Amino acid sequence: MSSYIPGQPVTAVVQKIEIQKLRQGDRLILGFSIGGGIDQDPSQNPYSEDKSDKGIYVTRVAPGGPADVAGLRVGDKIMQVNGWDMTMIKHYHALKKLTKSNEVVVRLLVTRKSLEQVVRGAMGFHKEEH
Amino acid sequence: MFGDSTLKRQTGSCACPRWSGAGSTLGSFRRNRRGSALRSGRKASKIDSLRTKVELLRLPLGLSTKSLSQCKPQLLGPRDKGSGAGAPRARALTATDMDNDSTYSGYSYKSSHSRSSRKHRERRDRHRSSKSRDGSSRDKSSLQPPGEPLLDAESTRGEERDDNWGETTTVVTGTSVDSVSQEDLTRVTKELEDSTPLHCRRYLGLTLGAILGLFAFVTPLAFLALPQLLWRDSLDPCGTPCEGLYISLAFKLLILLISTWALFLRPPRASFPRFFVYRCLLLALVFLFVASYWLFYGVRVLEPRETDYRGIVGYAASLVDALLFIQYLALVLLEVRHLRAAFCLKVVRSSDGVSRFYNVGHLSIQRAAAWVLDHYYSDFPVHNPAVLNLPKSILSKKASAFKIYSLGEENSTGNSTGQSRAMIAAAARRRDNSHNEYYYEEAEMERRVRKRKARLVVAVEEAFTHIKRHQDEPTPSSPKHPREVMDPREAAQAIFAPMARAMQKYLRATRQQSYHTMESIINHLQFCITHNMTPKAFLERYLALGPTLQYLDHGRGRQWTLVSEDAVTSALRQGLVFSLKRPDFSLVVSVTPLPFLALGEEFVDPKSHKFVMKLQSETSV
Repeated sequence: MSSYIPGQPVTAVVQKIEIQKLRQGDRLILGFSIGGGIDQDPSQNPYSEDKSDKGIYVTRVAPGGPADVAGLRVGDKIMQVNGWDMTMIKHYHALKKLTKSNEVVVRLLVTRKSLEQVVRGAMGFHKEEH
Repeated sequence: MFGDSTLKRQTGSCACPRWSGAGSTLGSFRRNRRGSALRSGRKASKIDSLRTKVELLRLPLGLSTKSLSQCKPQLLGPRDKGSGAGAPRARALTATDMDNDSTYSGYSYKSSHSRSSRKHRERRDRHRSSKSRDGSSRDKSSLQPPGEPLLDAESTRGEERDDNWGETTTVVTGTSVDSVSQEDLTRVTKELEDSTPLHCRRYLGLTLGAILGLFAFVTPLAFLALPQLLWRDSLDPCGTPCEGLYISLAFKLLILLISTWALFLRPPRASFPRFFVYRCLLLALVFLFVASYWLFYGVRVLEPRETDYRGIVGYAASLVDALLFIQYLALVLLEVRHLRAAFCLKVVRSSDGVSRFYNVGHLSIQRAAAWVLDHYYSDFPVHNPAVLNLPKSILSKKASAFKIYSLGEENSTGNSTGQSRAMIAAAARRRDNSHNEYYYEEAEMERRVRKRKARLVVAVEEAFTHIKRHQDEPTPSSPKHPREVMDPREAAQAIFAPMARAMQKYLRATRQQSYHTMESIINHLQFCITHNMTPKAFLERYLALGPTLQYLDHGRGRQWTLVSEDAVTSALRQGLVFSLKRPDFSLVVSVTPLPFLALGEEFVDPKSHKFVMKLQSETSV
């Protein structure tokens, strides 16, 4: 995951994940838990590399739930939800953006360390090739 | 015919009007305005008195003068202190005056007195008031801040108001210690009041108490002295025990004296309309004690010439003990009992709505009234009649009347009511824009006041820079710039000139000009300069209306009328409302009990205060 340099745009390798919400009673659930936000304490985050990163992270994925099926993993950092930015957002607002009752599908852009490694590896492979 | 009746009374004895034949005069002075002739029949007077009773009940607490002026009961206030003979004025008393007289007397007597005594009382009060109208104003004028003379001239509009103006000043009278609420005794007291001149009335209670106290003080000494004087030879010799008792007696008497001086010999600050129950109780108790002791002494000691002197000394000592205990009782009843708060009084001034809440203990209505007035003078901003009403320009816009034409209606009976109703309906339907004007007028006035205040502040600041305190320098060397040394008065006059105009304009804008004369401003300026005050401190007196006490002229008593539906010696209780009247406004006091506080307990272990950092809150989606 990219480190954040203040003043510079954040760049990251992201993966698109589309989750279909599951109706359970009168609620639409996604099947994962999030943590983080600009109003939370970032040093408690076990998944972030940079302990001052106040982004939204996935802390738990219910096995067999819609998020699991769609490919979300524990420790992912969510960058966007349906176009809404999640890197500078309060925890409560992030929740609101994810649980809108009139949306059945949420399209997330998530990033994880392994993605970076894969891409770097691929680039390096190409470099080596050349 | 009213004039006739009073003249008749005047030529009779001033002191005691005859009780007989009261019916006729009662009818006359009560119904004079209606023009009814002097009724001499018993039946007519009975009807009148019944009518009176009805009107008594109908009277509100003097709040709606309109209804009173309609029904015109000739109720009178309580005893007044008529000082000397004023000319009896044959004028109609209107009911508006009755507001000012405390109508409470009618109410408070209603319960305990019969009709007849009330009639007599009222007739006599009437007669007395007509006598005393001039005198009372001489004795106690009710003029307060310097603006008041203006106000009283305004308020005495028409002769009817003026007529009873004196009566308002006569209400707060001295205590009548010996009046008990029974008909005969009340009558006797009234006669007594008629005969004693004004000033003695107030001190009657005091002198009675003083005499009784002195008598009680002298009694133990008399008990000791009399056997010695009368049958000294046959007394048993009594050595050390007696001397011990002498010493204790002496010290107890000394303590009694000192505490009497501390407790009771203070100049009273208020005189109540009715007697002070506790004080009378205590005086009665003292009298009872002393009398019974004397009785016993007379029968058992003086008669048989008792020889056991030690017993006599012990007896005297026990009397002193009893007196000390009575004094303890007095302390508790008069001073301590009302200290614990039990009621909350809401005091609202009727003219401009300024209100305060006070906590008081268990008091009678008249004592509570005195308490409230004490606090009124230092808490309430002074009554400024100039800022009371909306300016006429705003309200009078409504007054354009509609003309009503009746189109060929035959019966004229329903016309007037129909007309007025139509007018009211039309006025209600018309779009009312006076609130707009009020709003803009208010905003404009506020702006004006602020501008003038700014000018005033600047002017005063500048003026204060012109003078400074002259330090006495030991070396008065350079007579090059001989500054003339002024005393505070001259300094004040010197710097008053530049700020005078700004001050005057500001006072006019806030309508305080009647409270501050030029003389008073210069005095205040001198005062501030002497005490090294800053311009801001000088101005605090003028920027806000201060409490009434600030504008009070000392040395004159203040007249207040207590209006109450209950007897004024009854204790405060929930839901009671009474009011204190002055000629131009009144204070309405309502009583609510303080809530009972049920305090619970919760124990918090000091070790239970633990904190954790707020972790990443994890929410499942």
